[in-house]
Amino acid sequence: MTAQRSMKVEQLSGGEMLIRALHDEGVEMIYGYPGGAVLHIYDAIFNQDKVEHILVRHEQAATHAADGYARATGKPGVVLVTSGPGATNAVTGIATAFMDSIPMIVISGQVDSSLIGSDGFQETDMVGISRPIVKHSFMVQNPEDIPMVVKKAFHIATTGRPGPVVIDIPKDVTDPNKKFKYHYPESVKLRSYSVPGKGHTGQIKKAVEILLAAKRPVIYTGGGVVQGNGSELLRELARKLDFPVTNTLMGLGAYPATDRQFLGMLGMHGTYEANMAMHFSDVVLGIGVRFDDRVTNAVSKFCPGAKILHVDIDPASISKTVPADVPIVGSVTCVLEEMLELIKLSETRVDKKSIDLWWSQIDGWREKDSLKVTPADNDIIKPQQVIQSLYEITKGEAYVSSDVGQHQMFAAQYYKFDEPRRWINSGGLGTMGFGFPAAMGVQLAFPDAVSVCVTGEGSFQMNLQELATCLQYQLPIKIVCLNNQALGMVKQWQDMQYGGRYSHSTYAESLPDFVKLAEAYGHVGIRIEKLSELNSKLAEAFALKDRLVFIDVMVDPMEHVYPMAIKGGAMKDMYLSKTERT
Amino acid sequence: MRHIISILLENEPGALSRVVGLFSQRNYNIESLTVAPTEDRTLSRLTITTVGDDRKIEQITKHLNKLIDVVKLVDLTEGAHIERELMLIKVKATGAQRDEVKRTADIFRGQIVDVTNTIYSIQLVGTSEKLDGFLAAISGTTVLEVARTGVSGISRGEKVLSV
Repeated sequence: MTAQRSMKVEQLSGGEMLIRALHDEGVEMIYGYPGGAVLHIYDAIFNQDKVEHILVRHEQAATHAADGYARATGKPGVVLVTSGPGATNAVTGIATAFMDSIPMIVISGQVDSSLIGSDGFQETDMVGISRPIVKHSFMVQNPEDIPMVVKKAFHIATTGRPGPVVIDIPKDVTDPNKKFKYHYPESVKLRSYSVPGKGHTGQIKKAVEILLAAKRPVIYTGGGVVQGNGSELLRELARKLDFPVTNTLMGLGAYPATDRQFLGMLGMHGTYEANMAMHFSDVVLGIGVRFDDRVTNAVSKFCPGAKILHVDIDPASISKTVPADVPIVGSVTCVLEEMLELIKLSETRVDKKSIDLWWSQIDGWREKDSLKVTPADNDIIKPQQVIQSLYEITKGEAYVSSDVGQHQMFAAQYYKFDEPRRWINSGGLGTMGFGFPAAMGVQLAFPDAVSVCVTGEGSFQMNLQELATCLQYQLPIKIVCLNNQALGMVKQWQDMQYGGRYSHSTYAESLPDFVKLAEAYGHVGIRIEKLSELNSKLAEAFALKDRLVFIDVMVDPMEHVYPMAIKGGAMKDMYLSKTERT
Repeated sequence: MRHIISILLENEPGALSRVVGLFSQRNYNIESLTVAPTEDRTLSRLTITTVGDDRKIEQITKHLNKLIDVVKLVDLTEGAHIERELMLIKVKATGAQRDEVKRTADIFRGQIVDVTNTIYSIQLVGTSEKLDGFLAAISGTTVLEVARTGVSGISRGEKVLSV
C-alpha cells in the first residue's frame, strides 16, 4: 500500500515543478525570452506540451503581451524572463500592470544562490528593483517551495485589487539533476492577507438613501468595474435608477457607449457633458475609481456641491485624494448586488421629477457636441475620422489596444465600446510601446477576434521588433498608425504652453517607410494619405483576415485633442477647441 | 502630529525593506524605527514613529496594511500607551563636570554603565521627551557620543497586538 502510494508521487526537478505548477494553476500560455539563468526552465518547457510558450523579441513586450492577454480574458498573464537585463527589461511592463491593477505573474531567473550578492554575470536584485511596482514578490530558496510559492503568487495576483507578482528563482533551484516530490496545493491561506468581499451593509444603506434622494446624480465608474466583472450589475443599477453614467479611460466599455444614459468619458479629455454633469452634480457614485488627477483636475474645486459615495476593493483608494462622504470597501459585484437589493426593498423611489430635469440639463450640454469633427480641406485626414471609420468597419466589435498619446485619446473618445475588456490601454503609467504587444496577447487569447492596435508613429517605434513575433505566430493584427510625424501630445502641450517651441517632438525627416518596414518583416503595409480613400483602403486592410496589416494613415499634424481640462481649474473648466473655452 | 505605529511583520527576508520602501516611495517620513523578533519567532515587531496629519496617517496605515508581510498593526497614539526609548550616551567627565554629570544622571534616573578617569557612559530609559530633556540638561558638558534605540511601545490595559 505504502509502496503504491509513493509510486503516485512524482519526482520532478525545480524547473519541471515550475512548469507543472503553472499547468496545474490553469495557465495555457506564457510569454518569455530565454537566457542563462532560466535555461533549466526552458528545457522543462521543451519536454512538455501543456503550457505554450510565446517567444517575444524583447522582454518588455512579453510583459505587455501578458498584460493584454490578462485585460482581455480576465485571467492572469504569465511572463518568464532571465536574470539581469531580462529582468530589468520587464520592469516597465510590471509597472504598467501595477498602475492599472492587472493580474500578472513574472518569473525571473536569478544567478545561482551561491553567487547572489557577488555582482555575478547578469545578476540584478530583481526583488529589490521591482519592490515598489509589485503587489508582492518571492525569492525561491528551495526547490520544494516552488508549488506553494506559485500557488500563493497566483492567489495574491488575482484576488482583491489585482496586481503583478514577481517570482525570482536562482538557477540552482531549477537544477534538472535534483528531483523532489511534487504536489500542487489545492488551496492557500495567508494569515496576513484577506480579500474584501461584501461591503458594510450600514454604509451601503446610507449610500442607497442618498442615491434615492439625489436630484443631480452621476455614476462615475472605472477600471475596477471592468476588472471586477461588475459591468452587468452596473448596467442594471444605472437603468433602474435612470442615472447618467460616465466612465474613466480605464473603465470604458463597462457601460455601453451607445446607450442613452452614457455621457462619454470624463476627465482631462472627457466630453463636455460628462465633465459638466460631474461638476454640477449633487451626488457622485464612484465605483472602482481612484479619483485620479487626470479626472479631478484641481481637487479643491472638484464637484463642489456633491456628496461622494465611493465603492472600491482597496481601502487605500478611498479618501486618498477626494474625501468620501460614504466609503464602501468591498468587491464591486457584492456591493452592487446589495445596492440593487436594497433599492428593490426600499419604500422610497427615485425623485423622477428632479432626475428628468437633470436629464434635460444634460441634454442641453450634449447639444454642444464637444466631439464634433470639422473636416479639413484638401482631402486631409483628421485623426478622429480614422477612428470613426475604424469603428464603422469593425462594427464596434474589435478589441482595440492603444499606445499612449493623442491617438490613445482619439480612440477612447471616438471608438464606442459597448462591452468591457475590449479597450486595452495603459491608463495609469501611460506606457508608449504598450499597444502593439498588448494586441498580440489579445490575438493569442482570441485567435478569431479582430485585434486592432491604434498607435502613433512615435509609440510604435518603441516595440516594433514584435513584428517578427507576429510573423512567427501568424498573428493577423491590424495596426492603425495615426501618423502625424510628431509626438503629437507633447507637441500639443508645446503649442498650448510653450509658445509652439517644438523641443524634440518632431522628426518628420527621419521617419522610416512603415509600409516597407512591414513588408521587410513579411507582413502587409498600406499607406493612406487622402480622406477620399480612407474608408475603402481601411476596409481593404481589414479584409485581409489572416495577415498582419500595418496601416500607415497620414493625418493632419496640427490637430489637437479636445475637450481638454484647463490646468488648475474645476471639471467644468475646459478648452473646447483652439479658440473656444468654457 | 507624531504617531507611533506598531506592526507585527512576517519574520522573512525582505519584509523590512518593503515597509521602509513604502515610506520613501510615498514620501512619508520615518522619525525612528525599531525592529526585533517577538516571542513567536515567525513574527517581528516593528515600531515606527512618523509625523503627519490625520489623512496622511490614515494613508500610511492603509498602505502598510496592504503589504502582504504585514500581519497586523496598531496606531498606539490613538489610545493610552506606554512608550520607551533607550539611550546610551558617552560624556567627558573631568573636574567639576564629573560630579555634575553624575547628579544630573541621578535626577533623570540614568545609570552610569561604564567609567574611566575621564569618561562616563550613561544609560537612560524613558520617553523620547525625557531623553531630549537629559541632553538639554547636560548641554554644558562635552557629549562624545549618543546612541538611541528609537521608540518602542505597547498599549496600556487589556488591549494587545497579537495574531
